[in-house]
Amino acid sequence: MLEVRNLSKKFKEGFHLEDVSFTLKPGYIMGFIGPNGSGKTTTINLIMNLMKRDEGSVKIFGKDISQHEREIKDRIGFVYDEAHFYDDLTLEQMKRIIAPFYSRWDEKIYRDYIEKFELNEKMRIKKLSKGMKMKYSLALALSHDADLIIMDEPTSGLDPIFRKEILDILYDIIQDENKSIFFSTHITTDLEQIADYITFINKGKLVFSKAKDEIMDEFKIVKGDSINLTPEIRSSFIEIRETGYGFEGLTRKAAGVKEMLGENSLVENASLQDIMYYMRMEG
Amino acid sequence: MRILISNSSDEPIYTQIFNQIKAQIIRGELDAGELLPSIRGLAKDLQISVITTKRAYEELEREGFVETIPGKGSYIAPQNKELIREQRLRIIEDSLMNVVREGKLMGLDYEEIEEMLRIMYEEE
Repeated sequence: MLEVRNLSKKFKEGFHLEDVSFTLKPGYIMGFIGPNGSGKTTTINLIMNLMKRDEGSVKIFGKDISQHEREIKDRIGFVYDEAHFYDDLTLEQMKRIIAPFYSRWDEKIYRDYIEKFELNEKMRIKKLSKGMKMKYSLALALSHDADLIIMDEPTSGLDPIFRKEILDILYDIIQDENKSIFFSTHITTDLEQIADYITFINKGKLVFSKAKDEIMDEFKIVKGDSINLTPEIRSSFIEIRETGYGFEGLTRKAAGVKEMLGENSLVENASLQDIMYYMRMEG
Repeated sequence: MRILISNSSDEPIYTQIFNQIKAQIIRGELDAGELLPSIRGLAKDLQISVITTKRAYEELEREGFVETIPGKGSYIAPQNKELIREQRLRIIEDSLMNVVREGKLMGLDYEEIEEMLRIMYEEE
């Protein structure tokens, strides 16, 4: 469905996206995470052919995006963090410009979303709040029976209630096992629920791209008393944070660490946020 | 069918689903031939990922509790009555073993435990 291979892009200002590869299969949701400035938006721009890549390939539905852009984009629902709309148009006018680009545009589904999201079509785009603009982008992206939904930070600027509603909409989309969703976010709690796969990039490099369940099995947070931190135990951690009360660290070797520390330690599930924080030096 | 997922549990979510469905089959609350929700429907209802529900169903299939017919869905598989009886007996044995251990820890002798059991049996 989406196959990114050895993708690289170097900017004059110094940022370098380097050798990023991952694959998303039909029927699944992939979350794309990384700190600000790690290259998420650059990667999405390259996937959407909004920017020229230096090296590597992007295949969508089995075809290269740079050679089959129109045909591929007809089947993609794209939601952009800073959507490019004409500010002076009303929602309805803008829709009339966008809809004809899609061969499978469905006016009824669009109407349903406009109603569900409580948007007023007579409003001018420049009058929309950040949240309303995101809802409008979503309505447009979901109304042409796209097979792949690509979203850059779709939940930023939205309140927790609407974020929850978006997750429900995403679940509805993947009830069809031929559809996939790829989205970047820094709100990792959303992904902890819904994502099948997580792709994590940092400083322009891929840290991992794996099934979320595997990541949750692999990484654990261990807490304990700093006195017990022997060099051997220390080396079992990716990184340790110490305070006057004890230590907390991320490890791939929770079972071994637990055995060495015994009763004086706590092993907890790591959240994606923990993993991002402790691995911020990687990449 | 009832499934309760805990996000803070040590137990992986797919194991939680697997154990709960298995327990309901063994207790006879789910009958052979009953249709399970679709993998994707269940993921939505439980607000978890598709991969997780898929893995739970695969484990249930591997252990013979569930049968999947491509294009139709997953059904509770017919269970061997003897096997189910064995499994239920084992659950009772495990509970009794706990009683014995706790009793011994408190210094109760066999007669005292039997007396407790007799009273409870008659009152239930």
